[in-house]
Amino acid sequence: MAEASASSPVTASHGKSFWFSGKGAVAGIPYLWLFVFFLVPFAIVFRISLSEPMIAQPPYSPLFGADGSYQGSFFNYQLLFEEALFRSAYLNSLWVAGVSTLVTLLIGYPMAYVIARARPLVRNLLLMAVMLPFWSSFLLRVYALKTIMADTGLANGLLLHLGLIDAPIRMLQTDFALYVGISYTYLPFMILPLYATLERLDWSLVEAAEDLGCRPWKAFLLITLPLSVPGMIAGAMLVFIPATGEFVIPNMLGASDTLMVGRMLWDTFFSERDWTLASSLAVVLLLLLVLPIMLFQIVQARREQRA
Amino acid sequence: MSRRGGKMALLGLVVAGFAFLYLPLVVLVLFSFNASKLVSVWGGWSTKWYVELFSNEQILNAAWLSLKIAMINATGATLLGTMAGLVLARFGRFGGRTLFTGLIAAPLVMPDVIIGISLLLTFVSMEQLVGWPQGRGLDTILIAHITFSTAYVAVVVQSRASGLDRSIEEAALDLGARPMTAFLLVTLPMLAPALASGWLLAFTLSLDDLVIASFVSGPGSSTLPMVIFSKVRLGVTPEINALATLLIGVVALAAGAATWIQIRRSSRA
Repeated sequence: MAEASASSPVTASHGKSFWFSGKGAVAGIPYLWLFVFFLVPFAIVFRISLSEPMIAQPPYSPLFGADGSYQGSFFNYQLLFEEALFRSAYLNSLWVAGVSTLVTLLIGYPMAYVIARARPLVRNLLLMAVMLPFWSSFLLRVYALKTIMADTGLANGLLLHLGLIDAPIRMLQTDFALYVGISYTYLPFMILPLYATLERLDWSLVEAAEDLGCRPWKAFLLITLPLSVPGMIAGAMLVFIPATGEFVIPNMLGASDTLMVGRMLWDTFFSERDWTLASSLAVVLLLLLVLPIMLFQIVQARREQRA
Repeated sequence: MSRRGGKMALLGLVVAGFAFLYLPLVVLVLFSFNASKLVSVWGGWSTKWYVELFSNEQILNAAWLSLKIAMINATGATLLGTMAGLVLARFGRFGGRTLFTGLIAAPLVMPDVIIGISLLLTFVSMEQLVGWPQGRGLDTILIAHITFSTAYVAVVVQSRASGLDRSIEEAALDLGARPMTAFLLVTLPMLAPALASGWLLAFTLSLDDLVIASFVSGPGSSTLPMVIFSKVRLGVTPEINALATLLIGVVALAAGAATWIQIRRSSRA
């Protein structure tokens, strides 16, 4: 964190004269903004997670007493580790996000592949078609999924009509609904980085393999798939990390006792009004996600270098 | 599997994927014209939910507030994000660059609940320390939205800026243009498509955000997603379908226009 100071001098290592004057200001303004409103807030959440809830304005105990003595404690963290409820919420969140990421990858890969191999005009149209649902409201699309998956909804109606089932299957308020909801809303975030990687792939390698007698599926497994791993990682992280802390989807599609951290944090904050416990829930969630976030940043930085 | 069979299977998968993406939108549009209030029953065509939508003060007020926030946010985030994107694409190494790339990458994936609670607590602490911001409302929502939107704009601008042909800029500089002039007359016009898509992206992200706005908004500043969320929670609300259809219509029109321009351009080229 030594280099974290927002006012740190911004100096280019190579002394090429850029057309920019006042480079420091150009870098400094967004740097300072993100430092104050994105990085500092994490420190503040941590500080408040050390307090205890109190009926006051704001509703938490001060970190230092009137005599200046330190009064913080790891009380909230102790609660998180001792209560089985919280442990299972974290594990379940990771599990649901993991399964959904896998489903998204399985649906998204063939789509990204076909888009990357299409003629330029078709490619642009298909990319637009992938993005289009994203531009219309996320909340309303989840609401539409809810009406489709309801007991008397479209999906059950169709299955009953076709005679595939005798009675409606319960889809809403199950983990299945969460997998569908997350894969549906995050699909574009999987397809776009996958497409970007596949589009830049050196297809002459695949052609060479096929010319030399390699079967198409084998060429795919041996060449295309390994070369698209960076795109798969970037896409998987873009789905997995936010899905772990997802609130809207478990709230609208899950059962009332669905254990997801995002939802638990929301309820702790808004219903129980315990800001300190909610803060510690956020801190532990962040700690769980630090590794995936770093992985994501490394993949991003590599892609940026190649571009 | 024969080569042809494989291709057909692949196409089938892709068609199924797109059907998955579009089915919910079709349902929203269809049921906005349903005379029955029940989603499971088709009661014939009707436009009454549109009439009801436009007489609902609460929804209209929230929509106006959300549009205002989305536009100011998009403009602010485009300014900050363009600077950040240029820094990443053009400035090479500098002290603190690793942290800077982290500050751009992390908001793209950070769960909303974490951003929401941490910003709210920051605003509360700032109010205690320096007396600003007083309470929460439009300005705190704006700060929160600009913070995460900036990262998205930066990524869009960065990828465009690092793909630009720098020789034109260099020619302008060689011919005696001042750096600022070269930037305004050469670089900025070449970046324009990225600025436009960055602005639109920031606009949409802001209009779509429920979680972060719920944390950092105050009484009397309910955004459209907040109102939709509270209505949907209470049960079936067909006027929300009407609202969704209007939104989808606007997006489809814009996408259609963009496609038309693209096809015309590529056929001329």
